[in-house]
Amino acid sequence: MTELKTPITEEQVRSLKVGDQVTISGVVFTGRDAVHKYLHEGGELPEGVNLEGGIIYHCGPVVQQDENGEWHVTAAGPTTSIREEPYQADIMKKFGVRGVIGKGGMGPKTLAGCAENGCVYLHGIGGAAQVLAEHITKVRNVYFKEEFGSPEAIWELEVEGFPAVVTMDSHNESLHADVAAASQAALEENL
Amino acid sequence: MEPLFESLIEIVRRTSAEIPDDVQRGILAALENEKKDTIAENAMKIIERNIALAKEKSQPLCQDTGSVLFYVDCPVGFDQVTFEETARAAVTEATKRGYLRQNSVDSLTGKNDGTNVGPGAPAFHFHQHRGDQLEVRLMLKGGGCENVGAQYSLPYTPLKANRDLDGCRRVILDAVQQAQGKGCGPGILGICIGGDRATGYERSKTQFLRMLDDRNDNADLDALEQDILSTANKLGIGPMGFGGNTTLLGVKICAANRVPASYFVSISYMCWAFRRHGAKLDGVGEIQEWLY
Repeated sequence: MTELKTPITEEQVRSLKVGDQVTISGVVFTGRDAVHKYLHEGGELPEGVNLEGGIIYHCGPVVQQDENGEWHVTAAGPTTSIREEPYQADIMKKFGVRGVIGKGGMGPKTLAGCAENGCVYLHGIGGAAQVLAEHITKVRNVYFKEEFGSPEAIWELEVEGFPAVVTMDSHNESLHADVAAASQAALEENL
Repeated sequence: MEPLFESLIEIVRRTSAEIPDDVQRGILAALENEKKDTIAENAMKIIERNIALAKEKSQPLCQDTGSVLFYVDCPVGFDQVTFEETARAAVTEATKRGYLRQNSVDSLTGKNDGTNVGPGAPAFHFHQHRGDQLEVRLMLKGGGCENVGAQYSLPYTPLKANRDLDGCRRVILDAVQQAQGKGCGPGILGICIGGDRATGYERSKTQFLRMLDDRNDNADLDALEQDILSTANKLGIGPMGFGGNTTLLGVKICAANRVPASYFVSISYMCWAFRRHGAKLDGVGEIQEWLY
C-alpha cells in the first residue's frame, strides 16, 4: 500500500505502476461532466481552486447542509470517467493535475496525457459511496453550485486514507486496455 | 393520503440504503469466489463493507441514486393520479432527507432544481389487475450502468448474429464485453428479445423485478440465461473490470412479440448496487409486507 499526500510530486507519480494499491490524503477537488466541458472550452478555475500537483475526483456527492451552514458529504463514490476522455488530457496539462480519481478507466488520449504530463489514474470502487464518504473528513468549500447544480459542482474535500488502485500509470500501461484485450480473446474462443 | 406519503418515503429510503437479500447472497458468493489478495477480491470486500455501512447509517448505497422508477400493480379503478401526486411529493421529501441525491436535470437548460421531479421524473408504470392487492415496487437505476445498456437490431453482421437464439447470445455477450467495468460490475443483465425499441427496453428493465436466483419458466430462455452467465464469467473482466472470476451475478431474459420486419435484442445492465424493493400496501397505504 502506497500513501499519497497532496500536493503530489512528479517523482511520486512516476514511481506508481498499474496494480498498485494506494491511499490518498490531503485535498481533492470534485469535477465531472459540466466542469470538464467548461474548462476545456477555456473557462477559468474559480478563485481558491488550485490543481497544481492536485487531484480531480470524478464524483457527484450527496451533500447535506447542517443548521450552522456546514456541508457534510453523506455518499461519495466515483462516477464513470470515460465521459471526460475528450477533455482530460488537456486539462491535466493546463492545470498541472497529478492524479485523476474515477471509475471504469479512460482511453488512449488520457493514457498518453498521463505519460506526457506525469499524471496517474486512480480507480475508486464504483458504488462504494458509504465506505468512501467515511474517508472524506471535511468539506472545505464549494464552487459553481448554482451554475452547475450540486452533483456537478466543484467540491473541495479533505480526505484521509482514501483507497484506490492505480489502473493507468504514467508509463503508458493501462489495466483497462489489458483486460479488454484478454476478454475479447476469451470471448472469441467461447462464441 | 398521509399513510401512503410516509410509506412511499420509507420505500425510497429502504431502496436507496439496503441491498435486497437475494442480491446480497449473490455478492457474498462472488466475494468467496475471487482469488485471495487480488485487487478484485479487495474490491468485493469494499463492496461488502459498503453494503453493511449504508444499511447501518440509512444512507445511499451509491451516491448516484439513479432514475426513480415506480412499478405499481393495482386494482381496477385505482386512483393513479393521486398516487402520482403523492409519489412526487414523497420523492421530493426523500431528497430533502438525503435518501436521494439532487439528481434530476432539465435536459435543455441544464438546471437542477433539487426536487428530483420534472418531465418523466419520477417514472411510473401502472398495471391494473382484477384482485384487490396494491403492490408498489421501486427501482433506483444509476447512470453508469444505464449508459452501458445496448440495443441490437438483428441480423447484425459485424458479430455474425442472425435472427435466432445464437444471434441473441452473440450480441448479449458483446454487450458484456463492451461494458467492461464501466457499469460497476459484477452486474446483472435484464434482456428482452423482440418488441419495438421502446417496449423492448422497458421490458428488459422489468426483468430486474425477478428474484436474482429464480429460474426462467421457459426452457429455451432458461438455457440461454445459464449459458450467458457462465460464458460471461469466463471472460475475466471481473469486479470493476479489474480482472477476476465474477463478471455477472445474474442474467434475466424475457421475450415479446415483434413485427416480422424487426428483431431487437434490448439489454439493460444493472450495477452490483442493485437497488429495488417493494411492498404490499393496504387500502389506506400502510405497508403490510415487504416483497424482497
